[in-house]
Amino acid sequence: MDLFSDDYTDGNTLAGPLRELFTVDMTGAVGRCVHCGGEGPVAGMKVYAQAPGLVARCPSCQEVLMRLVRGPSDAWLDLRGTMSLRIPMPPE
Amino acid sequence: MARAAVSGGLNRRLTWHAARLAEVVEETPSARTLVFDVPDWPGHLPGQHVDVRLTAEDGYSTQRSYSIATPADGTRVALTVQRVDDGEVSPYLTETLVPGDVIELRGPVGGWFVWRAADPAPVLLIAGGSGIVPLMAMIRARREAGSRALFRLIYSVRTPEDRFYADELRTRARDDMGLDVGYVYTRQAPEGWPAAPRRLSVADVNNGGWPPDFQPSCFVCGPTAFVETVADILVALGHDPRRVKTERFGPTGS
Repeated sequence: MDLFSDDYTDGNTLAGPLRELFTVDMTGAVGRCVHCGGEGPVAGMKVYAQAPGLVARCPSCQEVLMRLVRGPSDAWLDLRGTMSLRIPMPPE
Repeated sequence: MARAAVSGGLNRRLTWHAARLAEVVEETPSARTLVFDVPDWPGHLPGQHVDVRLTAEDGYSTQRSYSIATPADGTRVALTVQRVDDGEVSPYLTETLVPGDVIELRGPVGGWFVWRAADPAPVLLIAGGSGIVPLMAMIRARREAGSRALFRLIYSVRTPEDRFYADELRTRARDDMGLDVGYVYTRQAPEGWPAAPRRLSVADVNNGGWPPDFQPSCFVCGPTAFVETVADILVALGHDPRRVKTERFGPTGS
């Protein structure tokens, strides 16, 4: 795969699929990359949709941050490259 | 422990809704605005989008994301869709669907690429092609909310015929105090246009935008390569990357 093509979108695309799993919007959550330590909003991740499911890569180092596959009866969320997610939350 | 349910808002489970096409507005020869009626629509913020799902008779289904073109208006949800010739969903939405037809839609989704009317910061909007759609929702919401935040739009299009909302933007640039609208033509400029067709440049962003000192909120939406270029220009000009919000919709022409 050519990582430098423009055949990707961004984490805004994940808004709907992640809202199936989480009760709050995740596009504004700030993720930290395991590989390079870079921080940025989920909305800024590079998202490749050609794979089975969605693959989000780090905009700094291009490594995989997360993968989301929605099957008929399960969703697989693989967060291998995400060290942490800081999620904006309304007050309790 | 029992907790009071939060009405509407974020804790609502995301489900598919039946959306009935109520009205169609032709925007360009290859794009149209589809106004859907969605019962129980909870409202939305300018910049948010919806997922649209189409299911064939054999059960095959596919979904796409589309930005909402207007501010919240009861049960009405307006999407402007550009036809992509080899696309799977957009030809159906732009050519086949007629008023009365029903599709499935869920949303609103996305809470990052949004403008809030209470924010007084100046705003710079930069659109490439159909990337104008969520930015138009912001422009419309600004007027509706009576916001006096200063807005500048730089709209890059291939030719004058490709402009969405051209008449409305002309009227608003005249009547919506504090809104500036500028165009960059990449393939063919109108008669008498002072510049030859060319790609959006550093000079366009520098002259048509706000100085970084003003700490504007920047929203950039368009094809991926366009957004990458514009975001790089804004950061190189000194804008805080955290104030540059971007939305990419893939390769040019997709």
